[in-house]
Amino acid sequence: MSGLLAALIDLGSGPVYVNWWVLHISAANLVVIGVMVLLFLGALLVPFPKGKRP
Amino acid sequence: MRDRAVRDLPPETLLPDVQPAYVSSWMYVFGVLTIAALVMVLASGTALAVEGPQWYHGSNLGHFVNGLHLWSVELFLAFMVVHLWGKFFMAAWRGKRAATWITGAVAFVTSVGTAFTGYLVQSNFDSQWIATQAKDGLNSVGIGAYFNVLNYGQMLLFHALLLPVLIVALTAWHVLLVRRRGVVPPLPEHRRTHPVPPSTGVTT
Repeated sequence: MSGLLAALIDLGSGPVYVNWWVLHISAANLVVIGVMVLLFLGALLVPFPKGKRP
Repeated sequence: MRDRAVRDLPPETLLPDVQPAYVSSWMYVFGVLTIAALVMVLASGTALAVEGPQWYHGSNLGHFVNGLHLWSVELFLAFMVVHLWGKFFMAAWRGKRAATWITGAVAFVTSVGTAFTGYLVQSNFDSQWIATQAKDGLNSVGIGAYFNVLNYGQMLLFHALLLPVLIVALTAWHVLLVRRRGVVPPLPEHRRTHPVPPSTGVTT
């Protein structure tokens, strides 16, 4: 399992940057922002458990 | 002052066990997640402060607590930003809740400053590099006269004392304001230009 994760996230080579217009951001940071957006959308869409009325 | 506090914040409403129906949404969880992460940040930060850099750079347990501090900060900022997005899009400053919004915004800016000073006090070569890069920007706008990123002692005291005290005070004030006004109701389905009345607290 740790070998698989190590293969996916290669910390040996240098960071990968995304350049678009004025934006200059690392791929890792972009992934973090993407996950936060998904979390926000999930909070809107995932049903909240409704408790029973006493 | 005591009478005013009891009138504005009745003790029985400080830890409510009922909430309006519209609070039944995952969007309302991010505030408390932010607070939970802040508690972890403060606890791990206290351990780092007590033991010092030789411990958190040199021992296995120190490395682990150092990692706890980093990752709890990452979660703190991520949850705070998602909480901010939710509050912005539900216009949570409505109904005399401007102070709630403002304390939250100032706490956010203070948290960013705390994170930046944290980067500066790692006591490793990374933080030296960050300091030498940051000084130029701050000096160019005059802040460098009062806030010297190359002054390790000043940065450490800002990070470990001044800014955390400010964050905790702002967070407490922010939560008390939410208790005082209640959770903001959802935006009306059909927008009209009528003001939202402030709530007086939790309603059943």
